Amino acid sequence: MKKLIALFCILVAAVGPGAMAAEASAPEALVRDVTNDVLSIVREDKAIQSGDTKRVMQLVDAKVLPHFDFRRMTMLAVGRDWRSAAPEQQSRLTEAFRTLLVRTYSNALTQYRDQVINFKPTRMAPEDTRVQVRTEVKQSGAQPIDIDYMLEKGSDGWKVFDVVVAGVSLVTNYRGSFTDQIRNGGIDGLIRSLEDKNRSLEAEQTRS
Amino acid sequence: MMAAVVAAGLLSACAITPGHPEDPLEGYNRAMFSFNERVDKAVLKPVAEVYETVVPDLLRTGVGNVFGNLGDPWIGANNLLQGKIADGMSDLMRFGVNSTFGILGVLDVASEMGFPKHDEDFGQTLGWWGVGEGPYFVLPLFGPRTVRDAAALPLDMAGEDPLGVDHVPTRNSLTALRVTHVRSTLLGTEKTLEEGTLDKYAYVRDFYLEQRRYKVFDGAPPRVYEDFDEASAAPLGEGVDAVADAAVRNLELVGIGGPESIDFGTNEN
Repeated sequence: MKKLIALFCILVAAVGPGAMAAEASAPEALVRDVTNDVLSIVREDKAIQSGDTKRVMQLVDAKVLPHFDFRRMTMLAVGRDWRSAAPEQQSRLTEAFRTLLVRTYSNALTQYRDQVINFKPTRMAPEDTRVQVRTEVKQSGAQPIDIDYMLEKGSDGWKVFDVVVAGVSLVTNYRGSFTDQIRNGGIDGLIRSLEDKNRSLEAEQTRS
Repeated sequence: MMAAVVAAGLLSACAITPGHPEDPLEGYNRAMFSFNERVDKAVLKPVAEVYETVVPDLLRTGVGNVFGNLGDPWIGANNLLQGKIADGMSDLMRFGVNSTFGILGVLDVASEMGFPKHDEDFGQTLGWWGVGEGPYFVLPLFGPRTVRDAAALPLDMAGEDPLGVDHVPTRNSLTALRVTHVRSTLLGTEKTLEEGTLDKYAYVRDFYLEQRRYKVFDGAPPRVYEDFDEASAAPLGEGVDAVADAAVRNLELVGIGGPESIDFGTNEN
């Protein structure tokens, strides 16, 4: 039995560092795979290119959403007031903000044509639980646009919790207007505004 | 430099405090913002849409490249004024290469040759020199600026037009083409803004201010991601450590570091 345990230890020692090295690049590989996967579908899909919201949202739902931590994103968008929100307010906020972001950026994806995306080297130590994956979108005649993905490692793996475009966090950039809403109508006021917004966008979509 | 970065970080942290200290002109700004929106809807956007439909992709790329090329000497000058000699020389090389081998700038061959396009203007140079940005200020037609960048605008406009065309109709046509082209590259963003925001004005303002700081300092000041969860906030000491730790790590990512980073992290909490 002792021999078995010793053998096990040796195996772990031998495999351990290798396994960790493989994991070190996991966030970058994740972002790269998802990006390439989604863009190659968009490139082929004429319906998405002509602005089919439902179709692009299905794609995003299946391929992209599982890799995002919307609760964390909502918390960062709301700021300090998150602490004073009751758990069910927090989950309604998360749900409403998630719906808003998904619709908005799914539609933005229909604008994609064939811009080239470069991945810049990611620096991280094996023990890091937060990492920034840096990319740039090339556009002719202009400086490339930096798009950075911030990922955190949680109990169910690496999740994106912020997207920084040209130096601006698409998540925390909401904080100014969210804080205004909370000051005027409390947490419930913000929830109502977000849900109203989502409802009117959905109505618009079914009309068109 | 370090102090400037930290100051910018603190400034952006202030952006989220109540009352918008950076936007004392909010009443005027909102009125001008909606005026600009109406002009855009009535004139600029429809014209840009026609331009995008009628003019083939390849030709539009060429148009963008020509205007981009004409702007490069001024970008180079601003890089030199900021002491970024290598970048400034690269911009001047770009202009030389693209004006000749790139057929008067129609083709951007310089990017392929390792002289990348930069984004500089005199407002950024003033910021680099330590001139404060002043309040947020929405200009008629030109849109979001800070008072500093608005003051730099006449010089930027002169600098981006090195040809100095005297013939008024030609100059006006060139300006119209340029505005139309730039607007056409932004088609689609207004939809995203319309759909994705509760208060478009505030979102655009906060976006503009944060992005200008990013450009002035050629990289964002370190961003601190707070954790507002009750559970993880409970052991206070640990939370502070985590934030400070994150700040240090972010600093490393942008290639700077120092004891200030820890101050910054704990201030934030």
